[in-house]
Formats: sequence, structure tokens, C-alpha cells
Amino acid sequence: MWVSRLARHLAAMIAVIVLGGLLAATMVRLAPGFDVDESQLDPRLSPETVAAMKAEKAGQRNIAHFYARFLGRALRGDLGESQTLKQPVRQLITERLPATARLAGAGLLAAWILAFGMAVTAAMTRSRSLDLTTTVLSGAFLCVPAAVLGLLTIIARSPAFLAIACVIFPKLFRYCRNLLTDSYEKPHVIMARAKGLSGTRVLVWHVLPACARPMFALAGVSVSLALGACIPVEALCGIPGIGQLAWQAAIGRDLPLLVTLTVLVTVITLAANSSSDMASQALRAEGR
Amino acid sequence: MRAVRYFAGAVLVFAALACVFTSFIAPADYATQFREAPSAAPSRHHLLGTDDLGRDSFSRLLYGTRVSLLLAPAAALISTLLAALVGGIAGYVGGVTRKVAMAVTDLFLSMPWLFLLIIVRAMLPLNVSPGTSVAVTFLLLGLLGWAASARVVAAEVQAIRGSDFMLQAKASGISSWRLLARHIPPNLRPVLFAQFWISIPVFILSEANLGILGLGVAEPLPSWGSLLRELESFVSFGDQPWRFVPLLLLILVVSSFQVFLSREEVQA
Repeated sequence: MWVSRLARHLAAMIAVIVLGGLLAATMVRLAPGFDVDESQLDPRLSPETVAAMKAEKAGQRNIAHFYARFLGRALRGDLGESQTLKQPVRQLITERLPATARLAGAGLLAAWILAFGMAVTAAMTRSRSLDLTTTVLSGAFLCVPAAVLGLLTIIARSPAFLAIACVIFPKLFRYCRNLLTDSYEKPHVIMARAKGLSGTRVLVWHVLPACARPMFALAGVSVSLALGACIPVEALCGIPGIGQLAWQAAIGRDLPLLVTLTVLVTVITLAANSSSDMASQALRAEGR
Repeated sequence: MRAVRYFAGAVLVFAALACVFTSFIAPADYATQFREAPSAAPSRHHLLGTDDLGRDSFSRLLYGTRVSLLLAPAAALISTLLAALVGGIAGYVGGVTRKVAMAVTDLFLSMPWLFLLIIVRAMLPLNVSPGTSVAVTFLLLGLLGWAASARVVAAEVQAIRGSDFMLQAKASGISSWRLLARHIPPNLRPVLFAQFWISIPVFILSEANLGILGLGVAEPLPSWGSLLRELESFVSFGDQPWRFVPLLLLILVVSSFQVFLSREEVQA
């Protein structure tokens, strides 16, 4: 039963990934000025070189042809060469992925610790002043663009992961607080408290298990949020990661790099969401 | 809480009035250069000083507010209408149509919003006139920001379609088109309003992100994004603190929208 479900899930994931890549390739191809390259106007280039450059672009004119070739090569591990950075895409991604993983990982960890800690404290103490303070704090972060947070970390000379944490924290906090508050109002929790169970015991044994499934779903979404925040933060803080690469590829209209990055980001997002879904389903099965 | 809502409402009304009367309030045009006073500190002539090119920062802030505040609701309207169309058809027709529409929606949602926005924005020419860049930026926000709302609308339309009054209307012999045109929209209105309000602050922040990355509204036309880009040259918080005014205004306006948003969500 679960094997067929997993197979269906994987098939859907692959379809979304392939379609995502095709969408990116189509968008780049249809973009105005796709065939125009400033370097072709360089008077120092010979007619043969210009012709070779045009022939290289001509190979990318047919979207279906380009994408089929891209997928075929990708299956063999060849992701092509970046047109702007003149390096193999695979090498670029391999070099830059660790920086993004570190940045996003540290940001996610900090955001989860802060959001979960504050949400638990607010829900357990039920202090109105604390609730107001945390709500105002998370609301303030919610109103600042990720790029500004990146700039502020530079001005304050603080680590860049704090900008990622500040982007994710308000969304996590609001959701966690609402979940915990709802759980604390459930009849079995009220009964447990009325029977005199300690606050910690009520939290660990009765409140958190009820919130676990939506929290797993939130964990999947938070990965996508962190990836999105990495683009402005890395671009502005000068961190050589995937986010900065995506920005450079977008500015340079680098087709092979853009398509690969779109596929990569879609894979990471879907993998995170699917993992959280499966963990959530496993919890439900265990609950049964 | 009511006092906070009144304050938020006052902020939004004040900002809207400032947008409408920008031409009367602003002491100078957004592109006028005072070459004798580049990077000047606040003074009687220049309330917020001038930028590196000698342009009056207060005037640019007012014009930037007008660009961001008038066009973000326009983009929100486009995205809400698209969400109503896609979500409405998916929820009402159901079956394969729903599956296809939701697959497309999932595809849009599977990529981080900012990533999608940057990729698509960069596909369009960057060297365009300021007016075109404004239209392109906010049109993109509207055309790409419908996916999350479409999911909510589809679920709501499906719920309305299965409701008792719809069954009774169908049993009375009312045609499908009449049901779709006369009975669903009034019940869908609260959800659409909520989605519209939710989208406005999201689009304001997205434009700011694009502007800071150099992919937003083109110079010399100001927007909150391009005004915040000036923070890039800062070295410390004490260095020209008046340059943070656009950021404070952005936070104030977006948080005012958030306060209204919570009310709309409750009503929806």
C-alpha cells in the first residue's frame, strides 16, 4: 500500500520537476532579446567567431530540442556550461551549494529555536504583555523585506544567517503560537491541567503530540522560505552560494544555469515538503 | 486593539492622501537635481536632505510612496482576479480540470516566490523607460502572485458548490452558468477581499526586494525599493540616520496593512 503511494508521490514529484525546468527554459527562450548578444558587436571578433556564436545560440532556439538535450545530458551528469561564468554548471553548483546549505541551515535552526521557544513561552505563561511583545516583534520582522534585513546585517556587522532567521522567524512564530494556543484549549488538555499535571508534563505529553503533524508540514515550508531568503541575502552580503548564483544567472540570462537552478530549487523544495508529508503520515499511522 | 486599528487606519488614510496630493506637497520634482547640495543633511529647504545626485529625498519619498502604494493594490487586483478565475473554474468544474489547474498551481508554489519573481523579471529587458519598468514590475507581481490565492478560492468554491442552497438551486432548474454568475460570486466575496488585502503587503515587500536587487523600478523614478537601495552605501547606523525614514515608513504602512489583514481574515 505505502509502496504504491510512495511511487505515485515520486511520479508526481518528477512531473513537477520536469515541468518546472521546461517552464524556465520556455520563459528564457521567449524573453525579448534572447538572440541578441552584445559581444557579437565587438569589432575585434572575426566573422567566423560571430557565426560560431550565432550557431551556439541557434541550438537553443528550439525549446523542446534544447530541453530534451538538457535532460538527456543531465541524466548522464552533464549539466552544460554557464554562458556568463564560462564554467561547468555542475562545478558551479558543487562549489556553491555548501555555502547556501550552511547559511540556510543556520538561519533555519536559529529561527526555529527562537520561534518555538517564544511560542511555547507565550502559550504556557498566557501573559498578555509577553504575547503583545512577541506579536509586535514578529509583526515588525514580517514588515521588513528580506533584502533590507540582509543590508542591516552588513551595517550591524552581524552574521548573515541572522537575516535568514529574521525572515523565517515571524512566519514560524505566528503559526506555532496559534497551534499551541489551539492545543491548550482542547478539552483533554484542560482536563489534564484541571487534574493538576505540571506545565511541562502537559506540554510534552498532551500539547506537543497534538501539534506535531502540522509542525512537520511547517518544517517543509520553512525550507522553501529559507531558500527564497537566500537570494537577496547572498547577493547583497557577497556570499558565493546558490542564491547569488541564481541572481547572477538571472541578470545574465544564462539559460543552462537558470534551467538547472530552477530544477535544483524545485527538487529541494519538493524533497523538503515530501519528507515533512511522509513524517506527518508516519505520525498519523502511529497514532492509529 | 480597536485603538491600534484606528491608528493603522489613520496611517493608511494619511499615506493615501499623501499619494493623491504628492504633486502639491512635494517641494521639488523627483528628478530635479540640486547640484550645489549633493548628500546634504536635513534642512529647511530639504526636509530629509538630498541623495548622492542632489535630489530632494523628501520629494522622492513622496513620489516613491505613490508608486508603491498605488500599484501594489493594482497588482493585488490582477492576482485576485486571476485566482478567482483559475480557482473558480477548478472548484466549480472539478474532475480533470481541477486536477490540471491545481497541478499548475502546485508548480508555481513549488518554487520560492522571490526566486520565481527574480527569474521572470530578469527575462524582461532591464534597460527600459521608468514608466515601462513600473508597469512591468507590478504586472509581473500580479501575474505570478495568484497561485496561493487560487488554492483558497478553489477550496471555497468547491465548498459552496456542495452546499445546501446550491443543491436546492440546481434542483429548481437553474442553469450552471446562472449558478456560477449569480450565486457563487456573492458568497465568494469575503474570501476574495481577504486575498486582495493579503496580497498588498506581500507585493509591496516583493517590489522592495526587487528594487534593492536592481530589478525593480528604473531610475530616476523612485519607489520604496529603489529608495531602500541607498542603504547599500551605509557603513553604520549612526551614519545619516534620516536615510532610514523610507524603511520606517515602509514598516509603518505594511504593519498597518497587517492589522487590517487580521480583521479581513477573521471576517472571511
